[in-house]
Amino acid sequence: MNEKTLDLIEPELSVKVLKVTGQKSSRKRILDMGLTPGTRVDVIRRAPLGDPVEFKLKGYNLSLRKREAETVLVEVVE
Amino acid sequence: MTEKITVALTGNPNVGKTSIFNAITGSKQHVGNWPGVTVERKIGKRVHNDIEMEIVDLPGTYSLTAYSLDEIIARDFIIEEKPDIVVQVIDATNLERNMYLTTQLMELGVKLIIALNMTDLALAKGDSIDSEKMQEFLEVPVISTIGSKGNGIEGLLDAVADELHKTRVTENIFTYESDIETRGEELENVLNNDPYFVHYPSRWFSMKLLEGDENILKKAKESESYPRIEKILNELDADSFEAKIADQRYKTIQTMLRQVCDINTEHLSGSDMVDRVVTNKLLGIPIFLSLMWAAFEITFTFATPFMNIIDIFFGWLAEAATNAITIPWLSSLVGEGMIAGVGSVLIFLPNILLLFFMLSLMEDSGYMARAAFIMDKIMSKIGLHGKSFIPLVMGFGCNVPAIMATRTIEDTRDRLITILITPFMSCGARLPVYVLLAGAFFGRDAGVVIFSLYALGILVAITSAKLMRSTILRGEDAPFIMELPSYKIPTLKGSFIHMWERGKIYLKKAGTIILIGVVGVWLLASIPAPGSGGTFASEEVYGTTDSVIGVIGQIIEPLVAPLGFDWRIAVALLFGVVAKEIVVGSMGVLYGAGDNEDTLSDILAAGAMSPLAGLGLMVFTLLYAPCFACIGVIKRETGSWKWTLFQLAYGTTLAWTFAFAVYQIGSRIGVLA
Repeated sequence: MNEKTLDLIEPELSVKVLKVTGQKSSRKRILDMGLTPGTRVDVIRRAPLGDPVEFKLKGYNLSLRKREAETVLVEVVE
Repeated sequence: MTEKITVALTGNPNVGKTSIFNAITGSKQHVGNWPGVTVERKIGKRVHNDIEMEIVDLPGTYSLTAYSLDEIIARDFIIEEKPDIVVQVIDATNLERNMYLTTQLMELGVKLIIALNMTDLALAKGDSIDSEKMQEFLEVPVISTIGSKGNGIEGLLDAVADELHKTRVTENIFTYESDIETRGEELENVLNNDPYFVHYPSRWFSMKLLEGDENILKKAKESESYPRIEKILNELDADSFEAKIADQRYKTIQTMLRQVCDINTEHLSGSDMVDRVVTNKLLGIPIFLSLMWAAFEITFTFATPFMNIIDIFFGWLAEAATNAITIPWLSSLVGEGMIAGVGSVLIFLPNILLLFFMLSLMEDSGYMARAAFIMDKIMSKIGLHGKSFIPLVMGFGCNVPAIMATRTIEDTRDRLITILITPFMSCGARLPVYVLLAGAFFGRDAGVVIFSLYALGILVAITSAKLMRSTILRGEDAPFIMELPSYKIPTLKGSFIHMWERGKIYLKKAGTIILIGVVGVWLLASIPAPGSGGTFASEEVYGTTDSVIGVIGQIIEPLVAPLGFDWRIAVALLFGVVAKEIVVGSMGVLYGAGDNEDTLSDILAAGAMSPLAGLGLMVFTLLYAPCFACIGVIKRETGSWKWTLFQLAYGTTLAWTFAFAVYQIGSRIGVLA
């Protein structure tokens, strides 16, 4: 299996969300922002200092700290 | 007869809600505060087709699950105040996420109208959206608008008028999976039988319970039927329900979008290209620093000529008034008290206007979010959020709006720390104190000294944040989940409106608190001390130890003597709490600068004060209790006198300690003595 947490994905790769874990309030927020299972997410870039990370999903750009990205389980898509 | 209705304007952040609001209400708008909190409340009026509409601009929100204070206000207004019509402004270039809120508003059963905004940008991007089909699918009116140009506003108002008298047939298009629906119905039955819930739409409330919304759960707990609700909730796997509900809302949106629009996904937007440079690994930080430097430089350098003009004008006015008024005490009050005092405040208006203009450009263009993105790593090192960076930078202009700007920070602890350290960011009002003292004592090195003071403020703020994070406000870092909005070209009009609003707030402060403060200083400096035998406002009494102010100063003097300050400085600092600008104003009065041809600077440089004490005074001014207006805002934003007094005590203790160190160490080693 190709399951990984979102923080480990290199920029310019695309992934599909499998599951959001983590604490209640941040998980809910992450889901509300559209990181629902099945959603395609493009990893755009890391901030100049390495964190947070910028993603593109549902036609808009979102940034998460690695700590939050770690709670998102994904699989890499081609 | 005209009808009076309330229209709530809602939507995600960065969708152009403010431009729609401005286009609808024009000049008939006012800014106040929401009851109990200082989040800005914008209300405007508009009469259309004989209907008097009160338009309430709600703070931006992504979902009806509220996280930040802004979002709680937006949600509570819609649910508790029940506006007649809710208009959701949607960014046409970002439909999918924007419509997540739509699904929840529809679930709520409010009379909803959609303003499909920025349709010009969507078109430019190569998207085509069939708003009529969208309207059919959603069964709510969908009006295309371009807020920045005022297009579609009349149509939007027509739709509001039309919708008002329609009875809504609530055909809920959001049907969830069968197990969610089953559980939802069970909950709805419980809710419908309890009068406690009559205020809330039961389907929406039950879905929120299934989602595990904490605020809603808290409300439910206060009802008598909570044991039954709890029983149903305990039987299900809450985590998976939560994900499923969000998932199905997005699925419904996708189904609709496939039918009503054609999104060009191949298009490489201008925003992406700009971001490649602006948030580039190597260039990102240099660009950020240059922009901050440019904003700072423009604010302070461009303002200088205007400041000089204001200064000359008030100098002339004071002299003219003094010559024209023949009653000595009145001429002193008007010339030395009022005109000089108001002048010392108005002189900063160019600074304030330019700073807010620059900040507004950065905010409206979308760069501020990138600033938070770039700075987050550093801010997180001191235990704060990238978003704390913006209020802290704004603090250089004026701490008051800066503290108000902290409301975008979701986590209450992050927000509290940011509020408590913002007063260490050296605001515009402290600058005249630095300019005067550094100019008097440090000549060509004045610039370096002033720069060091700004740096010291930042250092104290950072250290304090770190200290608070690891002691009194310990806790996990808040999640960082932030949208990076598309870049937009800011409209000059929008930035001017913002600049002028801030300018007005500043002028109000100048006109009231500060004028009272200046007149207060003048009075206390003019009233003879009991037993001194002098006469009111006479030259023998004015600002000397024979005046009331002199007596007060002498009482405090022992407290500040170890810092190298005398009673006059004690008095000036005391009045500086009214507003920091008054430190200079009252020193002028106390050192008799108004009576002599010499300027205050010359008097100080001639030995009225040692350079070392001068340096200590600048440090003290930087760190001690902020001005009245700022204290008021800290109280309102923290909602607690405890935290407000903590800030005052903490800052003042630091100020004393630092000034003590400067003076004592400096005089021991013999520098600047």
